Amino acid sequence: MNKLIKSLLPLALFIIVVGFLFKGLYLDPHEVPSPLVGKPAPAFTAPVLAETGKTFSSQDMKGKVWLLNVWASWCGACREEHPVLMDMSKLSEFEMVGLDYKDTDAEAKDVLNTSGNPYKLVVTDAEGKIGINYGVYGVPETYLIDKAGVIRYKQIGPITKELLYTKILPMVKELQR
Amino acid sequence: MKRWLVLWLILLASHTAFADEAKPLAEDPALEARLKVLSQELRCLVCQNQTLSDSNAPLAEDLRKEIREQMRAGKSDQEVIDYLVARYGDFVRYRPPVNRSTALLWVGPFIGLLAGAFLLIRTLKKRAGDENFEAEDA
Repeated sequence: MNKLIKSLLPLALFIIVVGFLFKGLYLDPHEVPSPLVGKPAPAFTAPVLAETGKTFSSQDMKGKVWLLNVWASWCGACREEHPVLMDMSKLSEFEMVGLDYKDTDAEAKDVLNTSGNPYKLVVTDAEGKIGINYGVYGVPETYLIDKAGVIRYKQIGPITKELLYTKILPMVKELQR
Repeated sequence: MKRWLVLWLILLASHTAFADEAKPLAEDPALEARLKVLSQELRCLVCQNQTLSDSNAPLAEDLRKEIREQMRAGKSDQEVIDYLVARYGDFVRYRPPVNRSTALLWVGPFIGLLAGAFLLIRTLKKRAGDENFEAEDA
């Protein structure tokens, strides 16, 4: 009996190692959990795209559940995400602000004019300074911010329909209470 | 002879084309040296196996710029690291800090070492006590 256990031990160890490796196949090393989730969203004031002289402050959203979607005209995955954002703009549960990250105003306007504008408004971050404060490292990224101005969720990469209905909307409804 | 002259002229011309002085990194070489040391400790989030110092990704450039500004404002290395960790998480550091999620990473090798030592001692003791140990499947 003892011998049998001994001879099966390498196989058992092998299966455990394979189990870990198999799990590893489905982990995305590019998804680094943000330490900002659960912390107050960094405050910023930035110019509004296409409205000269007008600025937007994150304080303006106090008391509202809102999404901050970081995007850019040069970002391919943002184009992939765009139709979902257009669907989201029809929902009344939240407001969505776009942060145009390291982009030129002309190109950003061009994208919004040709494929539609899903945002309540778009603020510009040409230097990427706001991006650094939010820990942005790969657009698109989306932050869900509650009424008190606390980040509740961060999505790295495009929002999919599935994610919208299984994760974001339920969270928003919870936060709206 | 004429051919050689042409070649010589071409070489002369190309020489001037390549001669371009290396751009100075900044006005302050001491600060630049500090930035270099610190940015070798920090990970570029875009190309994760490169340090901030090595990477040419736009984000790495922005972060180097940000670090440079903070250093100029008199922040210490630790303050700069804390600033980045608060935004990007511990992953931004190349040397993982000791905390709950990294405990196994730090302690694991020592557990392995102890287990190995335990097995070694046990096996050796068994052999010493057993004269014809070769028959045993130790």
